[in-house]
Amino acid sequence: MEMSARIERYAAGERRLHWSIAIGFVLAALSGLALFHPSLYWLSNLFGGGPWTRILHPYIGVFMALAFGAIAARFWHHNRLEPGDWQYLRQWRDVLANHEEKLPPAGRYNAGQKGLFWVMVAGTLLLLLSGVIFWRPWFAYFFPIELVRLASLLHAFAAAVLILGIIVHVYAAIWVKGSLGAMLRGTVSVRWARKHHPAWLAEKMKQG
Amino acid sequence: MSSLQSLDIRRRSATTSASPSVREQLSVAKLIDISKCIGCKACQSACMEWNDVRDAIGSNVGVYDNPPDLSDKSWTVMRFTEHETEAGRLEWLIRKDGCMHCADPGCLKACPAPGAIVQYANGIVDFIEENCIGCGSCVTGCPFNVPRISKADNKAYKCTLCSDRVAVGLEPACVKSCPTGAITFGTKEAMIDHAAERVADLQERGYAQAGLYDPQGVGGTHVMYVLQHADTPEIYHGLPAHPRISALVALWKGALKPLALAAMGLAVLTGFFHYVTVGPNDADAQDGGDGDDDHPPDAGRPARI
Repeated sequence: MEMSARIERYAAGERRLHWSIAIGFVLAALSGLALFHPSLYWLSNLFGGGPWTRILHPYIGVFMALAFGAIAARFWHHNRLEPGDWQYLRQWRDVLANHEEKLPPAGRYNAGQKGLFWVMVAGTLLLLLSGVIFWRPWFAYFFPIELVRLASLLHAFAAAVLILGIIVHVYAAIWVKGSLGAMLRGTVSVRWARKHHPAWLAEKMKQG
Repeated sequence: MSSLQSLDIRRRSATTSASPSVREQLSVAKLIDISKCIGCKACQSACMEWNDVRDAIGSNVGVYDNPPDLSDKSWTVMRFTEHETEAGRLEWLIRKDGCMHCADPGCLKACPAPGAIVQYANGIVDFIEENCIGCGSCVTGCPFNVPRISKADNKAYKCTLCSDRVAVGLEPACVKSCPTGAITFGTKEAMIDHAAERVADLQERGYAQAGLYDPQGVGGTHVMYVLQHADTPEIYHGLPAHPRISALVALWKGALKPLALAAMGLAVLTGFFHYVTVGPNDADAQDGGDGDDDHPPDAGRPARI
């Protein structure tokens, strides 16, 4: 096979889901940050002011969580941790220094991507559950005040973790050239697959 | 209410810089002497009248509390407790419930909307409804379960300590209407002095545990009680013995905010400097092959000579 030949990595439906989550995430993060720190309250102007930010944020969040649930259900089996993954993580310095040749061959996802996937699963689930508990005016009245307090704290904490995770995710797409194209057009070159995900390429070749 | 310029501001919600506060103002306080209260609810009526809010007519729930709870339109409610003393004597404890105007207000700490909650230089904590976004964080932050969100407009309401009246030298409406003198108003210092006299009097008359309720866990309050049984404030319809801002709220609105923002900023900077030092990981360029559409073969790092 030609090294520059294109192979499919993400089908159209997967790309649609991914970018739906991305749009939802950006809107949820901006509206959430507006209410998280006084210095970012101006972001509420993007949503039509404080009350509209408060009204919209939970609906955006639920939309994002549902879309993420759909993609997580589709991808979770690609993200099961395997023995080589721990070796990969131990060699994080080689990962950051672009020395992929020294690392155990990655499958469809490498250990870093898998770790991030599970952080996002946990973070999104925690955000959804904690967010419902203090969602006013609909649900907050059903829960005891101590639980509302705990949920408020956990919601902010989980959001911070998720935003950090997404910063890593976005940077990885800028850093590893060709990744963004995979999610925009759905394909990667054989050379890209051989360098970054050799075990996945081998599997793909076997399938024909 | 709206923010009154005649009252300088000590603290403002979701605001990290100083508020206008050049004027020195005396701390004010309302003192509620529970031993003098006869439960006539004149204060409730006066509160409704001055603030021009009328709660819906409810139904009798079997106790004298009417309405049965604070609401967006009932900013003060008399709480009736039938208390049996160890000597087998019945005492009818009647507590005027409402905002305590904490020196360290949990509502203000929790509020994310700039200027929706202010604390005036005289200590009054006021909700500025025009800035309120209806998130309910004030409810989450309050150690006394006071703020109520209106179902009609999703704004938070509570006792203003008649900040509009106090600003022009009048006492709060409830104080003015009290027929027994159970509610008094003045500087916090004067009220503490007055309370000391009342406590001494009560102790002389057999209430050995009489005392002033001015809980230091919230920095003291600008609404204080004289209690016959200050050792057990809980018997007064659940008045908390040691109210303080929940540790969960303190962490949420304290350390987490700057730490989380710093971590996000640091993550972005780390990525940027990784890119300009280590550089991109480009399969198509590094192989020097025929290249991807986006990345011509010469886009890789130059060879070191």
